[in-house]
Amino acid sequence: MKNDDIRLTPISNGTVLDHLKVGTALKILELLKLGHQHAITLAINTESGKLGRKDLVFIEGKELTLEETNKIALIAKGATLNIIKNSNVASKTKIELPKSVNGTIKCINPNCITNAESIATKFSIFPAPALKAKCHYCEREMNESEIFNSVK
Amino acid sequence: MLIERSNFALADVISINDFSLNDINFILSQASRLEAMRIAEKNSLLSGKVVASLFFEPSTRTRLSFETAAQNLGAKVVGFSDANATSQKKGETLSDTIRMVEKYSDVIVMRHPLDGSARRAAEVSAKPVINAGDGSNQHPTQTLLDLYTMRKEFGKIDGLKIGMLGDLKYGRTVHSLAVALGMFEGIELYFIAPGMLKMPEHITNAIKDKVKIKESAELQEFLPELDVLYATRIQKERFADPLEYERIKDVYILTKEILQRTKSGFRIMHPLPRINEISNELDETDAALYFQQAANGIPVREAILNTLGNEK
Repeated sequence: MKNDDIRLTPISNGTVLDHLKVGTALKILELLKLGHQHAITLAINTESGKLGRKDLVFIEGKELTLEETNKIALIAKGATLNIIKNSNVASKTKIELPKSVNGTIKCINPNCITNAESIATKFSIFPAPALKAKCHYCEREMNESEIFNSVK
Repeated sequence: MLIERSNFALADVISINDFSLNDINFILSQASRLEAMRIAEKNSLLSGKVVASLFFEPSTRTRLSFETAAQNLGAKVVGFSDANATSQKKGETLSDTIRMVEKYSDVIVMRHPLDGSARRAAEVSAKPVINAGDGSNQHPTQTLLDLYTMRKEFGKIDGLKIGMLGDLKYGRTVHSLAVALGMFEGIELYFIAPGMLKMPEHITNAIKDKVKIKESAELQEFLPELDVLYATRIQKERFADPLEYERIKDVYILTKEILQRTKSGFRIMHPLPRINEISNELDETDAALYFQQAANGIPVREAILNTLGNEK
């Protein structure tokens, strides 16, 4: 086991989110709305070979759904999703941005129809050159920090 | 006979961003054909059809030209021009209003103060929806009539040198027009606006690979180059500091004097209403294209109604 992976094993079965930008772990916890069903460990501002500093989230006994992964991708581009089985890293994937998300982002435009009627929002996601999300209804574009504050 | 629907891919007219060059050219060609027809020749094209004209906020030109266009084609028009006269006042959602209206109409024309309302209406309605303005977002039929006006006046759109003047930051007409012009060949755009009202970057970025763009706060510099100057209104309420407004408002007023520096064939366009940005003395000159432009709303809206209204 590489030195970098030592921290990945406080859980025996579940999910570890690694290479999270510092400041995102608490936000992810808030978004996943896990309540008290799982043992959860956060590591905040730890040393990282790749990033200098990073956050980590350990969730015992849970594998994330695609919807949950997509939500995390919006605020933690480039993070690594590790599935732990029997205390071993069973899979390790880089979280990719989805092409679109439904019901995940609240539109920042107060005059958007989605803020006036109860309609699930729809956003197209553009990863480059800078992350952007475009509202399917009002066509307003949101930048990375606007998205971070509007994921629900 | 008139409709070769395979050349038009859209089920609704919601945003100019949905249009391909093919779709645009199809509507412009249909508009030319309809404009050349006498009323007696075209007033059966939509006979027996009902056009719902839902104006949740006031409009003069757009509503009248849509309703005239519908009647020219023989359609019946039902609707309202004031949301206060509707159940929205009682708290009905737009989605519910549309679900009701689509049951007794064949095409829905809608203006609504909320951004994205037209897209929502189209989602809920099985009948085609035409966006006549959704908040500050889109007004695609204005863009199509602007393009139609240029094509009719110059015989083509490709290669035109077009100045856009005034409030380029908040004006949705110039945003949509710039994006649409980006689909044509050899277009040169001259953006003329005070620093605080410059064309937003997301628009210039979207078209900069397709058109040549020049920007300046000075009108005089570009005048001799232009085929068309598209003027817009500078709204006082955009300025935090009223003094700043006073300082720049007169800089962009067009008078007869500018014609000394323009080339022959030069034309002025404006989406109207104008306040004082085009002096009345220009109205009788050959350069004034803005009233003709407003009149072109009729054939363009006839073309859109005829295309969508005959679909189902």
